[in-house]
Amino acid sequence: MRQLAWGRVIRIGLIGAVTTIFLCLVGIVPTFHARSLIEGLVSLGQAALVLALLGTGWAASGAVSRGNSGAVVAAALAGAIAGAGLTALVVVGSVVDLREIFLPASPAMYEIISYGQGTVGAVLNIPFGAVIGAIAGAVRIAPLAVRRPLLTGMAAVLFMGLFSGILRNAMLTTPLQDLARLLFTAQGLTVLGAVLSFVLFAGIRELWFYTGLRRRIKDLPPARRRALSVPAFVLLAVVVIFLPQALGPFVAHVIAIVAIYILLALGLNITLGLAGLLDLGFVAFLAVGAYTVGLLTSTGEFGIAQMSFWAALPFAVIIAMLFGAFFGLPILNVRGDYLAIATLGFGEIIRILAGSDLLLPILGGPQGITQIPKPIDVPPNTFLAGPNQIYYIALAFAAVVAFVALRLRKARIGRAWLSIREDEDVAEATGVNLVQTKLLAYMLGAAFAGLGGGIFAGLVGSIFDSSINATVSINVVAIVVIGGMGSVPGAVLGAVFLIGVPELFREFADYRFLFYGAALIIMMIYRPEGLLPTRFAARVLHAEEGGVEGAVLAAGAAGDGDKA
Amino acid sequence: MPQLVVQGVTKRFGGLLAVHDLDFEIEERSIVSVIGPNGAGKTTFFNCIAGWYQIDAGTITFNGMPIDKLRRDQIARLGISRTYQNIRLFPEMSVTDNVLVGHHHFLRSGWLRSVLRTPGMVAEEIKAAEEARRILEFVGLRGVGGTQASKLPYGDQRRLEIARALATQPKLLLLDEPTAGMNPAETAQMTSFFRRLRDELGVTILLIEHEMRVVMGISERITVLDYGEKIAEGTPREIQSNPRVIEAYLGRGAGGGAASSQQPAASSDGAPAE
Repeated sequence: MRQLAWGRVIRIGLIGAVTTIFLCLVGIVPTFHARSLIEGLVSLGQAALVLALLGTGWAASGAVSRGNSGAVVAAALAGAIAGAGLTALVVVGSVVDLREIFLPASPAMYEIISYGQGTVGAVLNIPFGAVIGAIAGAVRIAPLAVRRPLLTGMAAVLFMGLFSGILRNAMLTTPLQDLARLLFTAQGLTVLGAVLSFVLFAGIRELWFYTGLRRRIKDLPPARRRALSVPAFVLLAVVVIFLPQALGPFVAHVIAIVAIYILLALGLNITLGLAGLLDLGFVAFLAVGAYTVGLLTSTGEFGIAQMSFWAALPFAVIIAMLFGAFFGLPILNVRGDYLAIATLGFGEIIRILAGSDLLLPILGGPQGITQIPKPIDVPPNTFLAGPNQIYYIALAFAAVVAFVALRLRKARIGRAWLSIREDEDVAEATGVNLVQTKLLAYMLGAAFAGLGGGIFAGLVGSIFDSSINATVSINVVAIVVIGGMGSVPGAVLGAVFLIGVPELFREFADYRFLFYGAALIIMMIYRPEGLLPTRFAARVLHAEEGGVEGAVLAAGAAGDGDKA
Repeated sequence: MPQLVVQGVTKRFGGLLAVHDLDFEIEERSIVSVIGPNGAGKTTFFNCIAGWYQIDAGTITFNGMPIDKLRRDQIARLGISRTYQNIRLFPEMSVTDNVLVGHHHFLRSGWLRSVLRTPGMVAEEIKAAEEARRILEFVGLRGVGGTQASKLPYGDQRRLEIARALATQPKLLLLDEPTAGMNPAETAQMTSFFRRLRDELGVTILLIEHEMRVVMGISERITVLDYGEKIAEGTPREIQSNPRVIEAYLGRGAGGGAASSQQPAASSDGAPAE
């Protein structure tokens, strides 16, 4: 038996302690305590602490050799240390007034972590932490058949609890009202709801593996598998189409914004994902598109043409494209960090110009351009009313952008972009004209950003200088990076996570960038290629689909045959 | 008329004269080596020809056309292609795509036609893919078209680099230490491959090489650089007995004694004098 790495275990425990104290002092625990995960049992704040303790135990268990029963002891020890962090916080807090520095260190916060029992209650955190840590440690070394359903079930409960409000509202509008009342309260899951979520999700996942369904689907001949994917796509399409109808106006607005960000991310994916050109001023093109649509369509003070949204949109695209070329030209020879700074500067230039006195008579400055008509004029409460139409429009265009990117990727231009991303100098020496190729990447990215901006103007109905914000650019870059460079599903997932989820949890808006930062750091350490990276193998897997790459691969296969 | 004419070329880096007043000519369909001790300016010389550096003085003409003011891609289009001392593939791209980048300037389809996938574009792509397969086969890479370039074994990466260079249909190929890191068997294979390149494709080959077996085996002429200047030029036999070459390789004072031994520079450079 290998000696336990006590030093590491204690260190992990201390990191856990710092984490729990941090969660309390920045206010996550008290803020999240207001919402429950499981009604009357666990609040979200407590869940955050439990997660931290579980994580500590998990890490500590991994620090000692596998399959070692000492792993559980180590996990318990680390968990106890992490729990002791909370105890220490209560003790220190009773002597020193931490509120002078940490506003959230209120009596209510201490109440939560001491279970309303003062210092005595706080001491309970030590055995509590040990138990939670030990559970995590035991789960980690448990056989897969135990570990997998437990983790799946826990994730399911957490997910259902977090989204209980939205799910409940959605279900209340359908014949499933009674079920909704059974599973959810206004605050969170019921105990029954939690148990059902756990069993249901864990059960389905286990069935998926045990019945060998997964293996069987994988082993199907490609033609059959594709036939099977048709109903899946239909189902997905139905969900996508009826999502805003089912979830109500507030969520519809959120997913319309998400759809616009998907469009923007796919646009940036061409510049950044394919050609490798970092653009931190992407918002500039969004602004150009939005102001173009605003100026051309507004029926208010600053409108100049009173055009329809659809007549104005092509102008937004073309003008944004011209700006892309205009901004692209001076930075053709700028690389790396300098490119990031230069493009960031472009974004700021546009923002300041939009709010400047100089352009005040044209763009309206802080008053902005208002009374931008909706793209489709329909009475309220119909299928296409309000944000719903924006959601559909943005998604449709996002599909177009994804299609364009996919097609270009497998053509001369896409290869030139990739080669620039990989090694700009060698690409040029191999005959790629850097000026043309880079400009095209900037222009196409800008065109799609302009499209997104135009749609954004249609969604909000107004455009102000304050809408143009470096955070928009950073959001889009973060979506592309976290989702996976050059990956279409990655852009969708990234936009849902980074834009949708924070919008849905407005009550925790203060912590938005904290989670953002944490997510980025964790991603860069553990999964630098992104959540859903483009797999190189995908190219090979799509071989039988025919067309150009089919020909390429058929040639490759012929080569293989020769060899054999 | 020689294919490539280099006249009085000088390249400075600050106070350092990397290449100084260099004259050089290469005939079409010949195989010429550039040798010299480390830091002699061989790769700088290549970089001047291929347009990586702006030269400070002199002229370079290729088939009678001045090329010293041109960009790298323009030079590539005229028919000068190269490989690199440290392999520089497009590592994340497939083997086929690496070669297809070399085809870039022969293909015409713009972005709109690529998006619409017009019949012309598809025909062009199929032709290019077929051509790429042919080139890969020529350099000895079969059935690996779909592999990621960085996953290839070392020797195959060198071959792929040559394949990519050939895809641009060069008239002059600059090979920068193409056998570096190869074992003797691979090196011998490569050497005969270079001869095939010239004989079957009619490509002129200019070679930087440290491996004297390769240099002496295939070069028709050899140019020796030291401290950025040409110190000798001639056939392998002439170079082997040139006292200035021996001096440059083995150090001052070694020249007289070593001149009598028949192969002074038989091993790679910097070998101790014997």
